[in-house]
Amino acid sequence: MRYIPNTPDDRSAMLRDIGVSSFEDLLTAIPKDLRYQKPLNIAPGKSEWEVRREMEAMALKNQNAMSTPCFMGAGCYDHFVPSAVNALASRSEYATAYTPYQPEVAQGTLQVIYEFQTMISELFAMPAANASLYDGGNALSEAVSMACAHTKRRRVVWTEAVNPAYRRVARTNNVAHGVTFDTAPCANGCQSNEDIAMLLSEDVAAVVLQYPNFYGVVDDLKKLIERIHTAGALAIVVSDPMAMGVLAPPGRFGADIVVGEGQSLGNFMSYGGPYLGLFACTMELVRLMPGRIVGVTKDLDRKRGFVLTLQTREQHIRRDKATSNVCTNQGLIATRATFYLSLVGPQGLRDIGNACGRRAAYLISKLRDVPGFGFPHSGPHFREFLLRVPGKAEEFFDHMAAHGVLAGVPLVRLGLADERGLLVALTETRTLEDMDLYVSLAQKYVAEGKR
Amino acid sequence: MKRNILALQSEMDMIFELSRNGRSGYQVPPTSDQLPEFEIPQELRRNAAPRLPEVSENTTVRHYVNLSTRNHHIDKDFYPLGSCTMKYNPKVNDEMSALPGFAGLNPWQTGATAQGAMQLMYELSDALLEVTGMDDITLQPAAGAQGEFAALLMFRAYHQKNGNPRKRIIIPDSAHGTNPASIILAGYAVTQLPSDSNGLMDTEALKRALDEDVAGLMITNPNTLGLFESNISKIIDLVHEAGGLVYMDGANLNALMGISRPGDMGFDACHMNLHKTFSTPHGGGGPGSGPVAIKEKLTRFLPVPVLTKTKAEFAWDWDRPDSIGSVHSFYGNFGMHVRALAYIKSMGGDGLRAISENAIINANYLRKKLSPAYQVFVDKPCMHEVVLSGNLQKQKGVRTTDIAKRLLDFGIHPPTVYFPLIVPECLMIEPTESESRETLDEFVEVMMQIDREASESPDLLKQAPYTTPVRRLDEAGAARNLNIRFYDDIR
Ligand SMILES: Cc1ncc(COP(=O)(O)O)c(C=O)c1O
Repeated sequence: MRYIPNTPDDRSAMLRDIGVSSFEDLLTAIPKDLRYQKPLNIAPGKSEWEVRREMEAMALKNQNAMSTPCFMGAGCYDHFVPSAVNALASRSEYATAYTPYQPEVAQGTLQVIYEFQTMISELFAMPAANASLYDGGNALSEAVSMACAHTKRRRVVWTEAVNPAYRRVARTNNVAHGVTFDTAPCANGCQSNEDIAMLLSEDVAAVVLQYPNFYGVVDDLKKLIERIHTAGALAIVVSDPMAMGVLAPPGRFGADIVVGEGQSLGNFMSYGGPYLGLFACTMELVRLMPGRIVGVTKDLDRKRGFVLTLQTREQHIRRDKATSNVCTNQGLIATRATFYLSLVGPQGLRDIGNACGRRAAYLISKLRDVPGFGFPHSGPHFREFLLRVPGKAEEFFDHMAAHGVLAGVPLVRLGLADERGLLVALTETRTLEDMDLYVSLAQKYVAEGKR
Repeated sequence: MKRNILALQSEMDMIFELSRNGRSGYQVPPTSDQLPEFEIPQELRRNAAPRLPEVSENTTVRHYVNLSTRNHHIDKDFYPLGSCTMKYNPKVNDEMSALPGFAGLNPWQTGATAQGAMQLMYELSDALLEVTGMDDITLQPAAGAQGEFAALLMFRAYHQKNGNPRKRIIIPDSAHGTNPASIILAGYAVTQLPSDSNGLMDTEALKRALDEDVAGLMITNPNTLGLFESNISKIIDLVHEAGGLVYMDGANLNALMGISRPGDMGFDACHMNLHKTFSTPHGGGGPGSGPVAIKEKLTRFLPVPVLTKTKAEFAWDWDRPDSIGSVHSFYGNFGMHVRALAYIKSMGGDGLRAISENAIINANYLRKKLSPAYQVFVDKPCMHEVVLSGNLQKQKGVRTTDIAKRLLDFGIHPPTVYFPLIVPECLMIEPTESESRETLDEFVEVMMQIDREASESPDLLKQAPYTTPVRRLDEAGAARNLNIRFYDDIR
């Protein structure tokens, strides 16, 4: 047993020291009829070499973005991950530590989280950020609870252009408290005051917007948030950290709570997790913040140090009065994001943002010339756009996959009705050749009369 | 001068303090000149750039390597943090989760392009069902607390289906903080019952508390005192007779593998922490993974999507009208699923049992060896962890905090302290199966020395630690003068 040091001899000696004659004597508290008498029906332990072979065989059955150009997004993106992120994050010091409950021996983790909070607050131009939540959907769901707790209201309005996966999570997590949700339509893929105003009333706790929105469209938040505030509701913005090098931050427009998915920041797509729920808010709301927060303090020698702070919000202190039940969060993923943002810096983030925007503009312009393909939305797109393909999007996806391209996310996979809709995403890792291949395969699809 | 002769005790710069205009640790992949510009209206453009650090790659690496050395971690030394199962995290598991065929998958890829990933989740599910003796499972919850919450929503849906969601969930006073917090989130009230004098659930108190408003009971087994709830069958029967459901907080499953199964005990649901029992690294606070295993009567309420298997393929089933919804944007922390399955394959069924046996022996060994100096809260054989009280040391003027801080000077991470709340001056020690007898003996020696110091020089302990990167920190001051980011202003 390569992970268990004690040998049968050690065991016998220890049992003797304990004062029992057999291991079974330590189990007297377990009633006989509850003791499992059979061996577990799980194959016997294998050598590391065998384990690797079995795992690698499963990995090889998947078509993946590292060998196939990937144009899929919808909340999860194929951005480049620099080697230094992997090298630093695989250090045992970060990977194998627990939550920093003993700050004297956790200054590494604590300072990283403090730096992370600063970076997230800079990206979104918000005064307070926490140490992370499970993912984008859970961050939204905590924002909804916070808004309801703060306003003492229970109705929430969101737009159709908020990621449906996040909305599903936020609904699941909040319905037990009687929170109800209304969805504002988005004509032409834009979030508009007309559509939202129809649903606004005195009992609305918050309005949720996405920026850039689910369809990649960049809406002007200023007027939207002003209108939301006139109704006494909070403005929750689901935002994309990757766009913050090129787009004005939601904090500039008066957002009360900004949440988002931080996977793009130095993390792999990894089939949906582990991801990174980002959460930032105004100082007015900080005492309702869910999850861990790190603050600066001094030690006995007046030296700067870091600790978990405002812990009286948290479950281990406040139990049933806590602002959230979250305990273990996504520490190492936040750590990776910190390394990533440190490497990339302000210039790198701007460059990546422009690279994504330019690629999206290019592919749109090329696909416009292919008969049968349409673009329901106008307006500026960041990284992602909705494409109407000839026929069913799922069939087009299969055609493209068969030719080695992951062409986008068919909207039906998110439970949306639009059978022709395909959400196409372009990160800085999509080359000119990838995009030209996309276009020629699309032409072929039409020419071969598949449609 | 910032540097100190003891380099580890020098005050470290923050990454923002290392920033210099124009430096960078990144070069973006090229964009062809043929591509149009990114057009965005002026009012939506960012004017003031976010103040991210401007540093080279080597500066980044040196900064974070230096910071890392200020952490205690399981690869460095003993970490007997009770309830957290700080076991060794095998290296091959991390490599497996980084395989391109796993790390490079977009979650919206369908069956045909992601069969291997789904097979992996299916195999993991099967193994976890075998260990727990349950009927069905979801891997979606991202941590234990989320598993609790998801299961409570399933309880609610179950009762709702039977006409009435009911009002309350019962927990013992030894319950972990996430239990009551999850209960509130699921829309229930908390009824907390005092434990009996043996630290177990008080069945008489339970009987009195049960009525038709009780939706269920949440109980940790073995409980947070490291004790197996011997009356568990009776307890579960009582709750079932009152129409309630029973949840096992499975944070302590490291004591039970191949030894006793929650499903056979009669539990309706339980979560596992893959980041405890199944060796996935804790990452300084996650990511974890908290699958929930259930009995068949709850299957229809499982979160969507549900992983299914036909002869031909694995698929995601979204068409589940009675489902509670989703608690994660995708399928949970898949990277942790990969690691856990690699671990299970390495250990095998017999190995899993060996884990629990060794964890139990190690805990009892410490119980026996420490009992001459420290009060064992319930002095009976324990399961995978032993709970001490620092009462004897308190009489010498030394608190459990002081003992904990002094351990740091010896390079050992302290046990969990002041939890469970029902134990005065609590020290909760979970050695895990990963530790050798020699490590345990060293720990015992250190604990004995600290006890002697408590008698001889209590003031020494009250100022400890002395050798760590920082000394004791002013936590109250941090909350009073809240400083949670580097810059004072917002741009
Ligand atoms: C007994 C017990 N229950 C629940 C939890 C919560 O698990 P997690 O931190 O994964 O949310 C923990 C661990 O922190 C625990 O020790």
